[in-house]
Parts: sequence; C-alpha cells; structure tokens
Amino acid sequence: MIARGSTLFGLIVAATMTLTTAGCDDGPSGVRFHAQDAYPENLSAWRLHRLEGDRLILAGDVVPYDLNAPLFTDYAQKLRAIYLPPGTSATYRDYESFDFPVGTIIMKTFFYAKGESSDVVRANYVWQAGQSSLDRSQVRIIETRLLVRQSDGWDALPYVWQGDDAVLRLAGSLERLEIDLADGRRVPLPYIVPTRNECAACHATDHSSGALQPIGPKARHLNRGYLSGPVNQLTRMMKEGRLSGLPDLAAVPASADPAGDEPLDRRARSYLDINCGHCHSPKGAADTSGLHLDAATSGSRALGICKPPIAAGQGTGGRSYSIVPGDAEDSIIVFRMKTNDPGARMPELGRSLSHAEGIDLVGGWIDGLAGECIERDGPSLTGD
Amino acid sequence: MKSMSPMGLPVLFLLGALLAGCSDQTAAPAGTASEAETVDTPYEDRLRLALETAQPGDVIEVPEGTHQFTRGLTLNTDGVTIRGAGMDRSVLSFSGQIAGAEGLLVNASDFTIEDLGIEDTPGDALKINDGSNIVIRRVRTEWTRGPHTENGAYGIYPVQTENTLVEGAIAIGASDAGIYVGQSKNVIVRDSVAEFNVAGIEIENTVGADVYNNVATNNTGGILVFNMPDLPQEGHSTRVFNNRINGNNTGNFAPPGGAVSGVPAGSGVIINSNDRVEIFENEIADNRTANVLISSFFSASYSARETAPHFDPYPETIYIYDNTFSGGGDAPDREELEALRTALFAEAGRLPDVVWDGIRNPEKADAAYAICLNNGESVVLNVDAGNGYENVRVDMSGHNCSHEKLPEIVLATGG
Repeated sequence: MIARGSTLFGLIVAATMTLTTAGCDDGPSGVRFHAQDAYPENLSAWRLHRLEGDRLILAGDVVPYDLNAPLFTDYAQKLRAIYLPPGTSATYRDYESFDFPVGTIIMKTFFYAKGESSDVVRANYVWQAGQSSLDRSQVRIIETRLLVRQSDGWDALPYVWQGDDAVLRLAGSLERLEIDLADGRRVPLPYIVPTRNECAACHATDHSSGALQPIGPKARHLNRGYLSGPVNQLTRMMKEGRLSGLPDLAAVPASADPAGDEPLDRRARSYLDINCGHCHSPKGAADTSGLHLDAATSGSRALGICKPPIAAGQGTGGRSYSIVPGDAEDSIIVFRMKTNDPGARMPELGRSLSHAEGIDLVGGWIDGLAGECIERDGPSLTGD
Repeated sequence: MKSMSPMGLPVLFLLGALLAGCSDQTAAPAGTASEAETVDTPYEDRLRLALETAQPGDVIEVPEGTHQFTRGLTLNTDGVTIRGAGMDRSVLSFSGQIAGAEGLLVNASDFTIEDLGIEDTPGDALKINDGSNIVIRRVRTEWTRGPHTENGAYGIYPVQTENTLVEGAIAIGASDAGIYVGQSKNVIVRDSVAEFNVAGIEIENTVGADVYNNVATNNTGGILVFNMPDLPQEGHSTRVFNNRINGNNTGNFAPPGGAVSGVPAGSGVIINSNDRVEIFENEIADNRTANVLISSFFSASYSARETAPHFDPYPETIYIYDNTFSGGGDAPDREELEALRTALFAEAGRLPDVVWDGIRNPEKADAAYAICLNNGESVVLNVDAGNGYENVRVDMSGHNCSHEKLPEIVLATGG
C-alpha cells in the first residue's frame, strides 16, 4: 500500500511526465500528441504538417527519411517522416527496429503523380520534389498512416485524404483508381487502405505477442543518405540527438538498394526482407509456413530452397517447391508474386497489382541459384 | 487497486483539462463520428468497424441475411464472440472479394464464433492464427459451386491454437481441407460434417486431438492425420472415433503441388508420418482406394528424397480397433494399387481394410512403435512401397498387438 502523500506525488510526476512527452505545443512546430482514447478525426489535429496552397509541408521537427529498400505498395510513392518529442532519442538496435520513446509519431503518406484526371494516376514517376513537402498540383495524396508510440506500445491509425484534410478510417477504405503503368498500359487499381487490424498484419512482427512495431526504421534500412544525399541518415540522427548508441558506421548493417548495383544476391534478399520478412520470420504471422525470408535467415531450406509448401492451397500454382534453384518459373514464390488472385497472391495485403521489377529481381536471383531439388525416385502410396 | 486520494482528484482533473486543451477540434474516440453506423451504411462497413473497434467481452451479432463483402475481415481483440442467427440464416458471402487471403482472419484468443455461414472466399474461409480457447460452433463454410480447383483452400482453419473446439460445423467444397487444424494443441472436432472437400477433416502437426461423432463423406479423403516437415511442432496423439467415414470417392480437385493433391480419391482415413494415432469404433465404408491408408513421409506427394533435419518421417504407434468396416478398396485411384488388387485379390476383389506403405524406421522395429490392428477379420496389406512393390504381403505377425490407449482430450475451457 502506498501512502497518500506518495500517491499524490506520483500523480504529479505522472502528470508532469505526460506533459513533457505528450503535452501541448511541446515541439517548436506545435506537433500535438493525442491520448489513446481521444484520437482526432482529422489528421491536421496532429499538426505534423501544414498546407500552403497546394503544398503539403512537414512541420519543422517532423523529419523525413527514406529506406534502402521500400515495401512495394501498388507503385505508390511515400513520404516517410518521424517526429520525436523534444529532448528524446531513439535507441539504436542492430537488427530489430529502433526503440523509440513514448510520444514518437511515425508518419507515412502515400501518393501518386497525377494523370489525366484525379482518378487516374501514374506509376512511371520518381519523386524528386522537395525533401519535406508535396505539391498537390502534381500529386494525388491517397492516405497517411500514423504509428503512434503510447506508453503501452504502438497504435496504427489510417487516415484517408478527402479535400484538404485526411480523416481517420479505422476500417480502411477502398479507392477505385486507374493507373498508367511504365509499359504504357492503363489498368484498374482498386487501392486498399488497410484497416487498423490489417496494419497489425504486417506490424505485429512478433505475432504471438501481437505488439506492433515499426518496420522501416531499422539500422539496415536507414543506413543511407536521405534521397541518396551525401549525409547518412543515421549519422544525422545521432548528431541531432535523435538517436543514441549508434556504433561506428562501418559496423552498421546496410540493406542493398534493390534497384542499385550491388550483387544480385544482396539485392534480392533485401527485397524479400522488406516485402516479406515482417511475416515470414520465425516469430511472424507466417511462421506457420516454415518459410522465413527475413534478413537473418541463412538456412537454404528455411529460405524456401527445395522446400515443399505447407498450407499454400492454390498458392502453389501447381508447383512443388518455394524455390527451385535455377528455375524461377517453377518456384512458388515467383508464382505468388505474379498472381493477383486474392487467395494466392503474396504479399496477402498491400497490393492489387504485381510488381514487375520485383518479380524480375527475385526471379533473376532464383534463375542464378545453383543446385537442384532431388526428386522422388519411386512410386508412392499417397503421392501423385 | 489503490483507493483514490481526495487530493488526487483535482490533480487528475487538472491533467485531464490540460490534455483536453490540446485538441482544438472535436476529438472522437476510436470509431469516429464519420464512421458511425447509419441505416445507409452497408453491412460490410458496419461489421468491419465493429471488428476493428471491438473490446474484450463484445458480442457481435450478425443479422439474418446474405451479406456481401469485397474485402476480408480481421479481428485482433481477445474475448470477442461473433454470433449469427444460424449457419443458413446469417451468411457472409465473399463471392465478390477482391482483397484479403481469408474471409475472416482472427488473431486473438478467447474467441467464439457460432451460428454463421461463410461462403465463396477466394482464399480460406475462417482462419484463426495463434490463439487459445477457440470455439467454432455451428459454423458452415462452403463453396457453393461444389468441388472446384479454384475454390479456396481451407474452410475452418485454426492454426497454432490451443484449447480449440470445433463442433456442429459443416464444411463443403474446400480445395484443400474442409476442417483443418494445424500446429495446435489440445483440440476437439466433433459433431461436424465435411463433404465434397479434398480432405474432409485434417489434423496436422497437432499435439492432442479428439475427432469424434463426425461425418466425412464424398470427400477425396475423409479424415487425415498428417505431419509435415519444416514446422516448429510435430504432431502426435490423435484419436479418431465414432465417426462415419464413408464414400469418400470424389476425384481429387486440389491444385497440384500441395500436400493433399497427392491424396488418392477413395481414401477413408490417412495417417501420414504421424505418431500415436488411435482409430476406433468408427463406421468406415466404401472408400474405393482403401478404408485406411498408413504411409510415411516418403510416400507423400510432397516428399523429396531428402527429408528435413530432425523430422520423423515414419508413422509410429498406430492402434486401430473395433471399427465397422464395409466395402472399399475395390477401385484404387493408383495404378500400382489397382494392379496389386487384381493380381492378389482377383478382378472382383478388394484391397484389405488397412493398406500400409511398409516403410518403417529400421531402428524402431519393436512392438512399441508398431501398427497394431485389432479389428475382427480385417488385415493389413504391406505394399512394400520402399522396395518398388516387390514383396507385397499380408503378414499380421507384426500387427496383432495393442497399445496403451490415449487419454481423452479435456479442454481448459470446459468445452
């Protein structure tokens, strides 16, 4: 039993702490952190950005970042940014996402280059605009997802843009668009904004605990210059006091840029890590498959080489193994990356289109793998 | 719980006022005003919002009617019940689904779903991934066009669950398994019906399952007890009893490549690579390949010659007794078996009730690991599949035995 005096003292301390980490106007730009039971209906209430005419401009202490390898999301462009409460820093971790303080907000805004109308967007567009702003006369902004670090963990909040603000949509949304692809085709794009629970499908990286984690802000993904600029993002975070514990950069892992010029093996594994590894890991939701595609996996069978499927259903595409060395076409992974059947495609969420460049990368890697899967040599009872 | 000090109240009030002052516009709790239900809101959106904002203890009622869905549904909150007005009255139809690998995906514990139908999902109908105390009661999963390769894979699919009860369910038309329990512990499947699936009821990599009072008919294979390699848990200790497993002769319509694509049409019960399995007091009839098939990993379609490290590929400690067998074995869906049938049992003959691939662990030849058969006149046919069917024989000397009976499964939930 705690004495009354200390109870009161504890409350005051708690109140002070809350105000420090989650109070009003605590950042120079006025970012406002909201309690779990009072998430605002409008994105603007977080004050992570402001609009000046057609320009969406991030608040001064909402710092944009990018990744060595992005998750493919129907060719959407993404503006990613992190807000840390003043005076706080994230703690470096070698493999897992950094440990962020209570009050952190991670913001990801999905947008496309505008096409000939507001519902036609373009895929063949590389965003090179300002480092912390978007020009809405040039792009259609679809959604902004927030990951919000509360005292008991992360919450995921999907906001969908409507006019000059975005609206909280815990049940997600379906936006029916068309998209002009790089090869000249125009195809329907049923763009799915995930629900809050679907956010957890990827972000509950330890599926048994169900706790959400950021996926992008890991050492190996952030280890680069922002928009390929000269200053390493990690070094900058450290210098600005927003990251603690960063070792010498030579000791920090770095994922390969899938579109870069590193060896094919590193680029393909980097692609699989960011696109598949959050579920396909020994603790992820897809551990039921025994197929692990995260960066730490080294065993060839766990990686899918000559591994039969477990419960893939029509996801096998009639193929016998996740990966057949030297034969991308006969590998289940490539089939599932190509198909758009909701019951067979991978990833299960986050795409309605297939990613031609990713398929070429992973397929090319598989085609270059040496070895073969040993076939059965006799008739069998319950076999084909 | 500490009692609130009188002096604490103003402090809390002050804190609340400060926090409230942060918001310069209406702050709504989860499930915001604009998402609130109105009479015009499609039921798809209303049910999805109920799942997204569910609190432990919630009972979500699904009204009568057939409700259409374009996207899958996900529940992540523990302690929720979803209840319809009957498996044919409250139906979630996913025939127009464009996204989501399941109709309903549940990542939660203490979950009950009852009196509801789920139809025509492109992927799995109902998947429960990683939870304890799961009750699936009087739920129907069905692909309404009947057996078809492009049907979704699994009807009722709890995986990595513990204390799981499936009862009074009906599963029809799955292109893999109607009721599939994977990598789970302490499971009961009872009083359910599986029809026109590739596998009717499949227990895979599961430790402790009782499967009883079910009907498995018109599937490719009736009831399967399997172990697959490369998974965190190998299964054992399954009892299959008091079931009716008859006429499972539907041609295999699974997409090639998966484990069940190798199941011969006409299989009553198949035990593959699993240990400590008890098959008793069932009525097993008219399954035209064999009423009971027992095989090692080496005889499975998904078997390469190399096995995964540490995986036990052999079916061991199998006990079959007091079943009522009739018919079956008269038209095996395998050339080799059909050739054996006519060669050994004449044109009108049938294979014995139990057919075994004959592949056993040479280091575990003693009776403790044997396939024991204590079932009247029934015998075991050893097809010697490991040696190219060279020494096919009925030799009961290794099978006239018994094993200690497995204990009853008792669910922690008292189910």
